[in-house]
Amino acid sequence: MNLSHTLRIAFETLMRNKLRSFLTLLGVVIGVFAVIAMVAAGDGARERVQQLFASMGSNILVIVPGSAVQGGVTEGVGTLPTLTWEDLKSIRTDIPTVKLAAALLQVPAHVQSVGHNWATSINGTSSSYFTIRNWPIAKGTYFTESDLSGRSKVALLGETVARQLFGPERTPIGEIVRINNVSFRVIGILSAKGQSARGQDNDDALFVPETTFQSFIQGGTEKHIQGTILVSATSGEATGRAQRQITEVLRARHHLRNNKEDDFSIRNLKDIAQTVSAAVTALSLLLAAIAAISLLVGGIGIMNIMLVSVTERTREVGIRMAVGAKTTHILAQFLVESSVLSAMGGIVGTILGVATTQLLAHHLGWSIPIRLDVIAVAVAFSALVGVGFGLYPARKASLLDPIEALRYE
Amino acid sequence: METKSCLIRLERVSKLYRMNDIVVPALRDLSLTIVQGQLVAIMGSSGSGKSTLMNIIGCLDRPTTGRYLLAGNQVSNLERNALAVIRNRFLGFVFQSFNLLPRASVIENVQLPMLYAGVSARERLRRAGDALIRVGLTDRFEHRPNQLSGGQQQRVAIARAIVMNPKLVLADEPTGNLDSKTSGEIMTLIQNLSLSGITVVLVTHEPNVAKYASRRIVLQDGQLHSDTCPGSGVFSALTSRSADTQEAS
Repeated sequence: MNLSHTLRIAFETLMRNKLRSFLTLLGVVIGVFAVIAMVAAGDGARERVQQLFASMGSNILVIVPGSAVQGGVTEGVGTLPTLTWEDLKSIRTDIPTVKLAAALLQVPAHVQSVGHNWATSINGTSSSYFTIRNWPIAKGTYFTESDLSGRSKVALLGETVARQLFGPERTPIGEIVRINNVSFRVIGILSAKGQSARGQDNDDALFVPETTFQSFIQGGTEKHIQGTILVSATSGEATGRAQRQITEVLRARHHLRNNKEDDFSIRNLKDIAQTVSAAVTALSLLLAAIAAISLLVGGIGIMNIMLVSVTERTREVGIRMAVGAKTTHILAQFLVESSVLSAMGGIVGTILGVATTQLLAHHLGWSIPIRLDVIAVAVAFSALVGVGFGLYPARKASLLDPIEALRYE
Repeated sequence: METKSCLIRLERVSKLYRMNDIVVPALRDLSLTIVQGQLVAIMGSSGSGKSTLMNIIGCLDRPTTGRYLLAGNQVSNLERNALAVIRNRFLGFVFQSFNLLPRASVIENVQLPMLYAGVSARERLRRAGDALIRVGLTDRFEHRPNQLSGGQQQRVAIARAIVMNPKLVLADEPTGNLDSKTSGEIMTLIQNLSLSGITVVLVTHEPNVAKYASRRIVLQDGQLHSDTCPGSGVFSALTSRSADTQEAS
């Protein structure tokens, strides 16, 4: 039997019961729409989470001196100062996947202002550090190049330190704080960053130029860095590569043979980002599964209406059988009808789904990509629903007894 | 008579229906031979088994026991798709209630059997037109069946029955829904089919209709009650016996 005839019969039958066909169609439309919208929302959310993590520093690597494990005995990390200022320079210039690198020297100390004092951590670093950590300044300015080269006695205060030393109302730019009886001029207040992943207060810190730190707090310049190196990779994806390259460079610089373990360790935040990303993926899968159930319900609607259609057209089936239609002819006729229904529903649902998500994306300012694979799966699945749920009614029709069918009123 | 001309041959055919636990016989040990070109009327009261016989001859149903040979081929043991092919190629049906597809046009209705035979669209149109002209319809090809009179609808149904050039046309009370004048026209048309070489088996309970037949078979309780040829009873008996003899030898 030819397809154009079958298709025409299918369309005519569907057009004969416009409201019924429309309502059946609606079930599939909503199902496909829901699948596409839910997957898109999941995608958008995951991308958003990744963006947020990137802003928190998913591309940050922390290089810590001293071997973490030596012959099975875990030494305190950082107990052995193995990183040098030359290492830092090399990491900064020789590795293409490294965007920025900064040393972070750290000691706990008492800080005094007029009338107040506060125990906090004193950090020596360069202004790259704040870029790496994506830490904007609230008031004042960062260190300048001349502050670094001139060993200026200037300080940036974390929000907590500023509040403890000067109270919440005052803006202490230009004020003097004393650390180990050395006076520092406050040139800026960092914006509040809140707690770190480990529950420490990020804002309970004071920053001075690394050169100043060496001269006035540590006491004398040294070849080795008495702290850690912070590195930002050029992108989140490049983090792993950057980590390998840094390891290579440092091992070469430290003349470590193949059988010797690293005398430093590198940590990254990407693992956390991946965990969260996986959680979001699981959640969006759950949403898609719920949406798929609505597609299933749409399929049941098709089955229902096809069963009604078969009953209504029992006599027609009988006539067709009497003039020589085989079971496959009848089967094909009803399958084409249910497939046309669900395919049309799939197409309309796809158009609606894509339009809605793009509109939503536009309003929320998210970027939700149009996923062709999801559209293909949704349309294919809806066609499958048509065939799958049309199969039982079509089979029922094709196995009718021609005598009974001809007699049916 | 040649064996070839023996179109229908039923050998001790029985048909049993099972209703709950009771077995109801519709046909009992019926043997029957119909030669090609005959116009046979099957008569009998309701429940006599004439519809069952018609369904078996029309390959819509299979006998419970016994053999049915159509044009020398045993068809009583074929599966439903093979029977569909036989109905398509060798048989045509004319029903009391016309049984045209209400949503299809006249010409589409006549094309229906050719659709399942895989005839090309052009050929379908040509042959459907020819068949319609043959039954006396020259226009209204694009009309829907419900726009035609009963007689015209039955003509369309006859055109559909003969469009595949069948060997056998089965007519089940073809005039049951028609007035007497139209009935006469339709029966003349059916008679002409028979004269052109098509075997016609007519199921009816009206003597007025049966009089067009060259042979009358009356069933009672699923068995042959009488088998007569009006005007030439000897002829019928001869043909049927000679066919039997031929078959046996």
